Amino acid sequence: MSTNLKLNQNNLSRRKFIGIIFLTFCLLGVLVAMMGLISLLIQVILQGYEWVTPNLIFNYPSRHPEQAGLWSALIGTLYMMGLTALITVPVGIGAAIYLEEYAPKNWITSFIEINTSNLAGVPSIVYGLLGLSIFVYFLKLERSILAGSLTMSLLILPVLILASREAIKAVPSAHREAAFALGGDKWQVVKMAVLPTALPGILTGIILALSRAIGEAAPMVAITALVYITFIPVTPMDRFTVMPIQIFNWVSRPQDDFRGLAAGGIIILLLLLLSMNSIAVILRNKFQKRSEE
Amino acid sequence: MTINNEQNQPKNILKVKDLSFYYGDFQALKDVSLDIEANKVTALIGPSGCGKSTLLRCFNRMNDLFPNAKVQGQIIFNDIDIYSQSIDPVLIRSKVGMVFQKPNPFPKSIYDNVAFGLRINGFAGNYDEEIERALVQSALWDEVKDRLKDNAFSLSGGQQQRLCIARALAIRPDVILLDEPTSALDPIATVKIEDLINVLKKDYTIIIVTHNMQQAARVSDKTAFLLSGEDRCGVLVEYDYTQNIFSNPKMKQTEDYITGRFS
Repeated sequence: MSTNLKLNQNNLSRRKFIGIIFLTFCLLGVLVAMMGLISLLIQVILQGYEWVTPNLIFNYPSRHPEQAGLWSALIGTLYMMGLTALITVPVGIGAAIYLEEYAPKNWITSFIEINTSNLAGVPSIVYGLLGLSIFVYFLKLERSILAGSLTMSLLILPVLILASREAIKAVPSAHREAAFALGGDKWQVVKMAVLPTALPGILTGIILALSRAIGEAAPMVAITALVYITFIPVTPMDRFTVMPIQIFNWVSRPQDDFRGLAAGGIIILLLLLLSMNSIAVILRNKFQKRSEE
Repeated sequence: MTINNEQNQPKNILKVKDLSFYYGDFQALKDVSLDIEANKVTALIGPSGCGKSTLLRCFNRMNDLFPNAKVQGQIIFNDIDIYSQSIDPVLIRSKVGMVFQKPNPFPKSIYDNVAFGLRINGFAGNYDEEIERALVQSALWDEVKDRLKDNAFSLSGGQQQRLCIARALAIRPDVILLDEPTSALDPIATVKIEDLINVLKKDYTIIIVTHNMQQAARVSDKTAFLLSGEDRCGVLVEYDYTQNIFSNPKMKQTEDYITGRFS
């Protein structure tokens, strides 16, 4: 009896040791990841904080660094994001609802499912070139905000569809059954039982997808052709530029001051991203509280 | 002397005729025939996998939601064959309500849960009145009348199940299907539901699936015993007044099952 107990204790300390090694490994992983992020933030803030002035936000681009700003790029980004959201949200949620709730489960739908995931992983420059040939040249939309938004929509649609499908899939089937048993037809069940519960997840998906679009430079290089814009776009057919492009433009200038400006631009872009993500978290918590309690 | 010799001819609200049910190639029910009496409680009992839940879900065509489900035979509900081509299952379900094994309220307020079916069916009258009526009938009103706007998940399991019953009652069905309604509840909540069933049968016809034979004996007027054989296809073994089934079963299989000699 006593030998058995002793054996077990040896075994226990060995297991605890292995547990500690594993924990250390995981902590190291977190540290490395955090170091990367923190050093990036520190470098950008040190380099750019003195350039974050009203000039940077409200001025048009200029050859003189002290007068240069990203007003046209900021407005271009917001304009394009708004248009992209208008296009992506109904299409993406519609596709997700169809695939989850209506589509028969057969090889065609699983083929679509696999390829939606694949599309989410396609390099963004490929979407840029696709948008260039289809929207800019073939549909003759020129290098307009509309062409840019359509391209961005293609880029983030797979992300939104995947996130929305996951959110819809997570709605317990008991909710659907209950709604059907009360005499609901398919659309009523989706509208009144499925979507309200899936809404927090779908909202998160929308914001994350838009956050991805806001920082993308590669496809916009193809669409905007790195043009120098000193006006605010008004109609969706106007030419435009976006913040990552303006930052890219400044980084590639030889003068040191422009690099400071670029860092300042990055700070503003990060602030925009951060506020979007916070809105996502707030919205999600608000709806989750309402639906889960 | 059995209750069978009652003078008044009982009204059969549902008549099942030679019902067979298939999930794809798998036959789950074979040639089931039975009549359900109005304003009585009918219990469906039998071991797991005997098809009693499948049979229950035939009454409101919930089985239609399974792909490849196929039905042969008829279920006549107030002189209408609910499986005839011209009948929309959505209409059947507003007349034949259902309560599930696990309480499944929507993540909404108590009020909105009961209002759900009314809204779906385009009810245009006084919502407050209807909701109070349904909650009173389900013996939940006194416990929730001061917090109708609270989330349904703030209720206990037993209260949630009575809320689900209220939700089903709100649209004034003729029949209520209960699919093992107390299997996820504690004994006290179970007693409350059973008392409720006894009250509700004055106004509704109730069909209950249960694993608990004492429960069937306590609450039901008639009992159907189903059993599946080697091929896992369920058949109706015996259907009679509950008293007869439990005190004087005609079939040996029924006797084996109710006395626990069944594996």
